[in-house]
Amino acid sequence: MPALKPKRNYPMMDMTAMCDVAFLLLTFFILTAQFKAQDAATIETPSSISAIKVPDKDIMIISIGKDGKVYFGVDNQQTRLAMLDNITQTEGVQFTDKQKKVFSLQANFGVPIRSLPQWLNVGVTNPDKMKDVPQPGIPTDSTAQNELAKWIYQARRANPQLRIAIKGDNVSKFAVFKDVMGSLQAQNINKFNLITGTEAPPAGWKAE
Amino acid sequence: MADIAQGGGGGHGDKKVRSKKASTRVDMTPMVDLGFLLITFFILATTLSKPSSMSLAVPDKQNKDTPQETEPLKASKVLTLFLGKDNTVWALDRIAADDDKAKTDLKKVSFGPDLRTLIFQSQAQVDREHGKDDKGLSQFVVVIKPLKSSTYKNMVDALDEMAVTRSKRYALVDALTTAEKELLGDKAE
Repeated sequence: MPALKPKRNYPMMDMTAMCDVAFLLLTFFILTAQFKAQDAATIETPSSISAIKVPDKDIMIISIGKDGKVYFGVDNQQTRLAMLDNITQTEGVQFTDKQKKVFSLQANFGVPIRSLPQWLNVGVTNPDKMKDVPQPGIPTDSTAQNELAKWIYQARRANPQLRIAIKGDNVSKFAVFKDVMGSLQAQNINKFNLITGTEAPPAGWKAE
Repeated sequence: MADIAQGGGGGHGDKKVRSKKASTRVDMTPMVDLGFLLITFFILATTLSKPSSMSLAVPDKQNKDTPQETEPLKASKVLTLFLGKDNTVWALDRIAADDDKAKTDLKKVSFGPDLRTLIFQSQAQVDREHGKDDKGLSQFVVVIKPLKSSTYKNMVDALDEMAVTRSKRYALVDALTTAEKELLGDKAE
C-alpha cells in the first residue's frame, strides 16, 4: 500500500497580468529616458538650492573642466552643422562631408578651430578612438584668439533662440569663468544660466 | 494563458495510456521582480540626473565714451565678501576698505552656517539703521569679490547664499581697488 501523500495546495497567484503591467511601464520609461551623450570631460558641478530646471532644447552649454579647459556644445545636430558652416565661411577652414557628420554627433568639444579637421579625422576612421584624443580646450584668453566668442556668435547666428548655460567644475578657477563671462559680455549677453546640482534648501526656506 | 496543451506521454505496450497532467504554468514572480527592478532604475536614472540651473544676470557693458553717473555706495550698507583660497571668505562688514579700522575688522569666515549667520546679522543691522528704501526693499548690499585663487564652486556657493538669505542686491565684482589690495596683502593671491 503506497504511503498516503497529503496533497499540498500552495496558494498560487496569477502573475501574468502584473508582469504585463511591469513591462508596459518599463517600455514607457525606457522610451522616455534621455540618455546622456558622451561628454568630452567629466564635470562635477557645485550644487545650489535653485529649483529651475535646465531647458532640454535650444541650449548652448559652455563647460569648464577641472583643469580650466573650456568645452563648447550645442544640443541640436542641425544647429551644429549650421554653426560649422558659418565657421567655415569666416575662418576659412574647410571640412569634408564625413568630417561634418562626425562633428554633428559630438555633444561637445574642446579643440581649437585649426586642429578641428585633424581631430574629426580620427572620428572618421575610428570613432571609438575619439575619446582618447586629448583635447586642449577652446582658447578664450586674448581678444584676437578668442575662439569661444566666435563659436558663441556663430551658434547664435545658426539658432537665435539658443539659451546659454555655463557648467563649471567645482575646482575650476574663477579666472577661467571670468574669461568665459567676458566672451559673453563682449557680445552683450548679460543673462545666462549656471548649471548646478540640486541641493535641499535649509529648513523653513520657501521659494518666493 | 501560459498553458499549452500537452500530448500524451507515449504509451507502453498495452497499458492504459495515461497522459500525465503536468502543469505548464510558468511562475511569473521572478519576471515581475525583474520588471519592477528595471522600472525603478529607469525612474531614478531619469529624474535624478536632471540638473537645475541658477540664473545670473550681469549689468550691461558700459560705453566707455559716455560713462553713466552712478551714486557711490555708502560703506555702512555694504557687506563685502572676498572669496579666497581653501574655501575661506574674508568679510568686511559695513566698513570701507580704506578705513583705519578695516584691518582689525576683516573677519575670516567659512562657507556654510558661519557665512549665513554673518549675512543675516549684517542684513538685520542695515535694516535697523537705514530702513527700507522708497520701493520698500532692503537697502542691504552684498559685494562678492572672488579673488584669484578662489574656485568656481566658491562663487556658486556665495551666489547661492544670496538666494538663501534673500539678499536681493548683490554684485559680483572681480576688480580690487587699491585700498582693498593693500588691506588683503598676500591673501589676494
